[in-house]
Amino acid sequence: MSIDLEQFHETFFEESFEGLDIMESGLLELEQGEVDLENINTIFRSAHSIKGGSGTFGFTAVAEFTHDMETLLDQMRNGERQVSASVVDTLLGCVDVLRNMLNAIKDGSEIDVASVADMTNALKSILGEEPASSASTNEASPVVAAKGWLVHFKPELDIMKTGNDTVRLLRELNSLAERVEVLVDNEALPSLLEIDPEECYQSWTINLIGGDVSENDIREVFAWVDDECELKIEPLADEENYVGTERRDDDRRESETPDRRAIERRNKPAKASESSSIRVNISKVDELINMVGELVITQSMLSQFGEDENFNETYMERLKDGLTQLETHTRELQESVMRIRMMPISFAFQRFPRLVHDLSAHFDKKIELVMTGETTELDKTVLEKIGDPLVHLVRNSLDHGIEAPDVRVQKGKSETGTIHLSAYHQGGNIVIEIKDDGAGLNKAKILEKAKQNGLIGHDDRLSDDQVYDLIFRPGFSTADVVSDVSGRGVGMDVVRRNIRELGGMVEVKSMPGEGSVFTIRLPLTLAILDGQLIGIGEETYILPVISIIESLQVKPECINAVAGNAEVYRLRDEYIPIVRLYQIFGIEPTSEILNEGLLVVVEAEGKKIAIFVDDLLSQQQVVIKSLKTNFKKIEGLSGATILGDGTVALIIDIAELIDLYQKNMARAVVSIKGGGLAA
Amino acid sequence: MSVTAEDMSQQNAHKEFKELLTFFLAGEEYGVDILRVQEIKGWDSVTNIPNTPEYIRGVINIRGSIVPIIDMRLRFNLEKREYDATTVVIVLNVVSNGHADRTMGVVVDAVSDVYNIPINDVKPSPDFGTAVDTEFVTGLATIDEKMIIVLDIDHMLNAAELAVVDKIES
Repeated sequence: MSIDLEQFHETFFEESFEGLDIMESGLLELEQGEVDLENINTIFRSAHSIKGGSGTFGFTAVAEFTHDMETLLDQMRNGERQVSASVVDTLLGCVDVLRNMLNAIKDGSEIDVASVADMTNALKSILGEEPASSASTNEASPVVAAKGWLVHFKPELDIMKTGNDTVRLLRELNSLAERVEVLVDNEALPSLLEIDPEECYQSWTINLIGGDVSENDIREVFAWVDDECELKIEPLADEENYVGTERRDDDRRESETPDRRAIERRNKPAKASESSSIRVNISKVDELINMVGELVITQSMLSQFGEDENFNETYMERLKDGLTQLETHTRELQESVMRIRMMPISFAFQRFPRLVHDLSAHFDKKIELVMTGETTELDKTVLEKIGDPLVHLVRNSLDHGIEAPDVRVQKGKSETGTIHLSAYHQGGNIVIEIKDDGAGLNKAKILEKAKQNGLIGHDDRLSDDQVYDLIFRPGFSTADVVSDVSGRGVGMDVVRRNIRELGGMVEVKSMPGEGSVFTIRLPLTLAILDGQLIGIGEETYILPVISIIESLQVKPECINAVAGNAEVYRLRDEYIPIVRLYQIFGIEPTSEILNEGLLVVVEAEGKKIAIFVDDLLSQQQVVIKSLKTNFKKIEGLSGATILGDGTVALIIDIAELIDLYQKNMARAVVSIKGGGLAA
Repeated sequence: MSVTAEDMSQQNAHKEFKELLTFFLAGEEYGVDILRVQEIKGWDSVTNIPNTPEYIRGVINIRGSIVPIIDMRLRFNLEKREYDATTVVIVLNVVSNGHADRTMGVVVDAVSDVYNIPINDVKPSPDFGTAVDTEFVTGLATIDEKMIIVLDIDHMLNAAELAVVDKIES
């Protein structure tokens, strides 16, 4: 039987990584002193699945490594070994090594043999302290080759119908050992009249003598048929012991078979795919199917009207009803489809217990991590990309925020610091907060650093928020000591940039001595945007609602001209530059007089501008389409969308628009200078 | 000698053929590989894209994709012509150096015909003045004593403005 095993690799890796995550979180729970048998069992099962899977796919290094872990876990499970911090730490280390190994195999790169050997030794030394007792050998199949093996192989009648050929199996066995003696048992063979040529009536007893054969080697030969046959493998007590005499039952070895079968069966139905996949809750799929069912009903209802010749008033009413229904269903369907992409944020949060555990040991700090709102769902793409910025922020809080235990005690706080990670929905956005009860941001230090780096002038007066916002500027790091955890110069600016790429924003609030809060606001999805449609001349553009602060009618007395060509608008106590969009985009406007249009105040990267528009149109959710797919990136635009009437409207990227505006202003200044010289 | 497409196909049964869709632009007939043509549609209003050259007329929605529309006359610095009843947009699939296909529309004066010509009959173009830069011409074919300029659309629609931007991005 030839099956291309590679098609299952994707699934295997996915499941293994999931298994590793389960093991990791389980181990971290163990560390907190809760020895829960169910928990150990869960860890054990994950390890066992990885071992089984890797064995099946021929990743022997992984299988062997996991085997030792499994032995240790088994001892813990049977209560033969105390759960101690050192054991848990070693196992956590193993999880890391295993993850690296699997990653290496997946990428086709070299496995880091040294780290594997180190961990194996660490495991062996723990195992060595207390030799494995008899019960634990249950799982441990003998690795050392015996002198020979006695194999009893009795296939089921219909083994050939599944495409397996017993002759091939025997041939493969033959290639394993130096000398092979086979005895065929033909007893079950019916008379020639009754024989079904597609059935297998024989059974075999085989002596494998010599050669360096392990039980696993033999099991591997039968890997594909072990649920379709009776298979007994026993070491040969005596080389000269002859075939066909022993038929001892051996429950012990049978125990491994069901597990392996389960693994194979799970792998089989999965489809091979190169692209990344998502696991979708079955209820979400059912919901979709229901929705489509409704849609079909509505469609058939509506199509009746098309067929009927006598179209009259009463039909019109029903047609309208039908269309309303269609609209509702379509919207619901869209929402359900979007929900398929939604995953709980716990996927991003689950790495933090480990991170905090490792880092607090590293920094000698005592830290408790509290997580809330892990079930908050957000788009898979956003979820994948938010991980790194979050790690950075948590590391920062840990490194810079929370003080050392003695400092905390001096300040009258509890020795243990708290980092609170929470996620919740707010007005169509996801908000993620990273809150610590540490020292808070050091305003004086930030200012000093900013002046030193030339980010601000010496006499600049900034509000607290503006000062805190400086940490998001490129090339800013206030760490006293540059550690390997944070303070590498690429810091918060990258965080802000990554979050902005997701269409979100990040800000920080801080109270000296009480801690700081980083707040990330993200759109629910990258595919849909809450848009404000604006009219400029004949054109319709879309502004993301998330960046709009307010829209206002122009009061002429609030307009001020700066240096002749730049205009600013006084809004309460702020001066905001007025951006005439038609100038930047080269559009024919309805009016160039500010009083006749509206100003939309928008904010990006902490900068505000007031966009002059002719008209504010409707606000609606729009599906974002890339301009790059068929064309190219256009500066100032983040994409396009299709409006209800089928036309295309362009979506403005506020941050880029501000850049464009500043470039335009700079050019205007240059041209004035140039003109002055010429005159 | 006047040969119809059908006659040619009988004579050259062993040769490789290529089907061309031809269109008119400023009095000359141009051909593009018909397998690259996704659809032909009438001129409809477009959404302008700011800060792009004039020959990029804008983008339209073709069944949910945003497709840029390029005016061929403006692209080759030909005289502007008011769009009329025969003006059409030919929607083409463009392969840009191994990258995924793009879909683009070109505005031409009118579509003409579909011809089946042997690949060998496409002769390299001599250096003479067609309106279109010879850089974008694959060759010349003769059908019914008419000359057809066979265009290299991949090159044409990736050149200049479009290609420059791609380089900067990569």
